Amino acid sequence: MPHEEMRELQSERLRNLVNRVYRNVPFYRKKMEEMNITPSDIHSIDDISKLPFTYKSDLRDNYPFGLFAVPMKDIVRVHASSGTTGKPTTVGYTKNDIQNWCESLARCLTMAGVTKEDVVQVSYGYGLFTGGLGLHYGAETIGATVIPASGGNTKRQLQLMSDYGVTVLACTPSYALHLVDAMPEFGYSRADMKLRLGVFGAEPWTENMRLELERKWGIQAFDIYGLSEIMGPGIAHDCSFHQGLHVNEDHFFPEIVDPESKQPLPDGCEGELVFTTLTKEGIPLLRYNTRDLSILNHEKCECGRTLVRMKKITGRSDDMLIIRGVNLFPSQIEQVLLEMCETSAHYLLYVDRKDNLDYLELKVELDESKMVETIRELESLSKKIEHSLHSAIGLSIKVTLVEPRSIPRSEGKAVRVIDNRKKEENK
Amino acid sequence: MKIRQLSVFVENKTGHLNEILNILARNNINIIALTLADSSDYGLLRMLVSDPVKAVEVLRAENCSVRIHEVLSLELEGVPGSLARILDKFTAENISIEYLYAFSFGSKSIMVMRTNNMDQATEVIKKYQFKPIYESDLKLTVCSGIRK
Repeated sequence: MPHEEMRELQSERLRNLVNRVYRNVPFYRKKMEEMNITPSDIHSIDDISKLPFTYKSDLRDNYPFGLFAVPMKDIVRVHASSGTTGKPTTVGYTKNDIQNWCESLARCLTMAGVTKEDVVQVSYGYGLFTGGLGLHYGAETIGATVIPASGGNTKRQLQLMSDYGVTVLACTPSYALHLVDAMPEFGYSRADMKLRLGVFGAEPWTENMRLELERKWGIQAFDIYGLSEIMGPGIAHDCSFHQGLHVNEDHFFPEIVDPESKQPLPDGCEGELVFTTLTKEGIPLLRYNTRDLSILNHEKCECGRTLVRMKKITGRSDDMLIIRGVNLFPSQIEQVLLEMCETSAHYLLYVDRKDNLDYLELKVELDESKMVETIRELESLSKKIEHSLHSAIGLSIKVTLVEPRSIPRSEGKAVRVIDNRKKEENK
Repeated sequence: MKIRQLSVFVENKTGHLNEILNILARNNINIIALTLADSSDYGLLRMLVSDPVKAVEVLRAENCSVRIHEVLSLELEGVPGSLARILDKFTAENISIEYLYAFSFGSKSIMVMRTNNMDQATEVIKKYQFKPIYESDLKLTVCSGIRK
């Protein structure tokens, strides 16, 4: 769709959205009144910056259904966020919402090359989490065969993949890595699998991790982006050029704002990713701040799509650790480990405070195939990792090597950081 | 003179060594020699066992990080200075020892070592006709597994 037509469509949808929330959601009416704006001030999509932001805390404060814009008789389904940070946030969908969601997901899967010939194993958790059911209905929409495996039980996952000739795997990237590493343990090899595509998401991951998954599985790996507050998976997805994720901007309008001043930033500048749900009926949100850090790019992609692209998410502004005044994202550690290729990519970062100083310890699993013979080699390996981390991140981190498969595997979102500083403060 | 040795990566956790030994016991694998090197965070367990291939298989199945390495093994005369005499020759050829341990087997005194240059070390052993130990020398006449 040409850029101008898209903006017209977005403008029309925004006017309609603002009218709806002003009439039906007391929270937004109050906010707009405080800011002295009415729906008549919103003429086009360019006026979006006049509108108030929405934060996760607003959803929590209005828990469970306070921000719903339709009566409960029109809500056909409820999901809740995975609640990694505090009380869950609840979202509701109308029939139209589910339809739009399915369509967005179908577009994403098509971008990855999934067709109705494919057998798609959905290994995201089913239930309140949007990952499982979202992917499930998305894949059904394009007519693929869906295996609703849900998360967990690695042995059964591999058995289903092998027995059913699964060609597409949908799960978190960390679980996909775990599955490929676990194959020999359960007596499977790559030759037993027909897998050709991976649709991975629901946690921040690096481009190196994507390449690692492609190499280990021998597949094409794609990044699917979404969050339950906005809809669930299917908000954006990368094409085979992997130059950013195409946002379904006719439904979800993205902006980038400065993390401090919250002022909109132009293309090419990194900031917090903000979405407005242009078509959503159940729980429409104005300018929802995801805290995910990204960059927008409106140039036409090599694949021919004109949809705006967002840079792959490798961190959230609230994942960011501040260590001795230095900003650190766990994904930076992943990047270094994968570049070095000396250990596995399974790690756990412990943050402590010792004598009022932040202290970092990184536990990294030894790679089975790189098991060394002398203590000296082991020590020089940990020194080497410490050195690379220091030069890449500027922090000294104590590296401890641990046995393969000793770091607990998550079947949903990976736990990468254990911050003990907060516990100390609460004592 | 080259024999197979297992190296197992062991995290410093109470009871962890025991777990490894129990896995071997359950599988009827005999330990002929054992040495444990330690650093502050982890240890390396080196062992000569009755069936190295099976040992690797059962340890890996229990998530242990284990590899087989080749090491040099020689028989020592049970007299003062016998080890020093051997190592003098290595030093003279500028070969250094990475690790070394010794044990007795029956009436034999045996040493096991790894050097920085295994090929050159092999040459030295041949040249001075030191008495090599082969895996077949370490077979027990009666294999007595642990009876429970």
